[in-house]
Amino acid sequence: MTTLPQHTDRKLGLVIDLDTCVGCHACVISCKGWNTENYGAPLSDQSAYGADPSGTFLNRVHSYEVQPEVGTAHLVHFPKSCLHCDDAPCVTVCPTGASYKRVEDGIVLVNESDCIGCGLCAWACPYGAREMDVAEGVMKKCTLCVDRIYNENLPEEDREPACVRTCPANARHFGDLADPNSAVSQLVAERGGVDLMPEQGTKPVNKYLPPRARDQLQGPEDSGEIDVLAPFLAPVDTGPKGFLGWLDRTLEKL
Amino acid sequence: MHPAPSVILFSSLSGLGFGLLAWLGIGLPAVTGWVAFVFFTLAYLLAVGGLIASMFHLGHPERALKAFTQWRSSWLSREAWASVAALLVMAAYGAGLVFFDARWWPLGVIGAALSLLTVLTTSMIYTQMKTVPRWHSLWTPANFLSLSIAGGALLAGQVTEAMVLLALAGVVQIVTWWQGDQALASSGTDMATATRLGDIGSVRAFEPPHTGSNYLLREFVYVLGRKHAAKLRIIAILLMAFVPLLLLLSPVLHHLAAALAVLSHAAGVLTARWLFFAQAEHVVGLYYGKR
Ligand code: SF4
Ligand code: SF4
Ligand code: SF4
Repeated sequence: MTTLPQHTDRKLGLVIDLDTCVGCHACVISCKGWNTENYGAPLSDQSAYGADPSGTFLNRVHSYEVQPEVGTAHLVHFPKSCLHCDDAPCVTVCPTGASYKRVEDGIVLVNESDCIGCGLCAWACPYGAREMDVAEGVMKKCTLCVDRIYNENLPEEDREPACVRTCPANARHFGDLADPNSAVSQLVAERGGVDLMPEQGTKPVNKYLPPRARDQLQGPEDSGEIDVLAPFLAPVDTGPKGFLGWLDRTLEKL
Repeated sequence: MHPAPSVILFSSLSGLGFGLLAWLGIGLPAVTGWVAFVFFTLAYLLAVGGLIASMFHLGHPERALKAFTQWRSSWLSREAWASVAALLVMAAYGAGLVFFDARWWPLGVIGAALSLLTVLTTSMIYTQMKTVPRWHSLWTPANFLSLSIAGGALLAGQVTEAMVLLALAGVVQIVTWWQGDQALASSGTDMATATRLGDIGSVRAFEPPHTGSNYLLREFVYVLGRKHAAKLRIIAILLMAFVPLLLLLSPVLHHLAAALAVLSHAAGVLTARWLFFAQAEHVVGLYYGKR
């Protein structure tokens, strides 16, 4: 059913910390690893070892350079997967009912055996969170690792999305954003978590924590400080001496 | 947006076909027997041909029937219903004209309304996309409907009506382009809202997620040179409206001129529809710094 539920009991989602993400792409790999071999059609690659490789990914990490008015530019790594929007436009456009949002936890999923591969849901998503698999002709998207988070065959600590489990910088957090007392909700409140493209009216569940203010890097010319090691770092040998020096000067003159 | 030939063919041809069906539905021209048969065959070839072309766009055409289930929320599903309803009603109405020499006019009027409804639902598939500001405007349905009705009049041989409607469709097309050119800038979506990093400073895409291409870039980040776009717009508007108008005004060679007018119009609509996709900027391009 592609009409959206009025209310979801929980809002499971991710909180992504742009301050601590180091752009290692480990989450990209673990996401692809888990999701290509578990639920639904595998995430195919085309010409993986060729000149123009491409493939289906459910999570991608962009990098942006942000130039403040004064000071040096910041480099911000920016992971992006489905934001499991409350008002998900990708769901309502689907003609077949393949796309749906779950009432119990708000996860947005695709029932691949109903998908006709029209691509409309990917058009409707402002975030580029849906990708049509070229080999299978069906729509793929982040499932919030629905086959991990409730999976009693996995040890307790593994019952969270693969990206969250793998992130070495602890930049990804998983939890219920409908519960104001959950760790993720408190993190959002504390750090001023934001929605991406709020003007699109999608009401994303996933939140992004903006980077904290940086220390200002100051060169000696700004601060008047001189590095105590500077004299030792000056080049010792300014040019060849002796025979080599003579040769060098002579060759210069020619 | 990637200008997929199947979708361009579908929306242009079926627009013309349903436009012609609408005119036949209201009895203009009031044909029966063999002449009606020829008109209806042409209309069905265009309308159904377009629909079949659109099937090539699907990853799983064998499941297409499932697309009838979600009419409550999905414009694509509504389009499926409207098109089938229009084709069935007009088939019954056409059978009356061709085989029984009878004009069951209530059926014709309903069929005409359903035909235009089909064109409206097609245009709404694009209009609903907030992610493509150029499409997210009432000018999109105005553009699709005015072209369909004018092209239908031309095919139906309604010369006076066609001349007025072609001029009107041409004007609507130009306004649609003009407003579309400002749509992304005035949509309020830019790199700052996409990344929410705008409070720190100006945002520049530094590295894309992968060195290679991907589905998103192929489907949504089609970039067309401005110079080509301007040239193609002139070609489109000339072929779509000016040339047919001149041909219809010419006193000589009536049938040949009409046939040429139809061909020119169709070529103009195809060009404009190609531009409709090729120039449409999807906001996901912002994440790739491609806007
Ligand atoms: S991020 Fe995109 S795919 Fe995910 S729910 Fe929102 S609109 Fe749909
Ligand atoms: S591609 Fe599949 S999931 Fe997406 S709108 Fe079409 S049928 Fe629905
Ligand atoms: S694994 Fe963590 S640190 Fe690495 S790119 Fe993903 S979110 Fe960033």
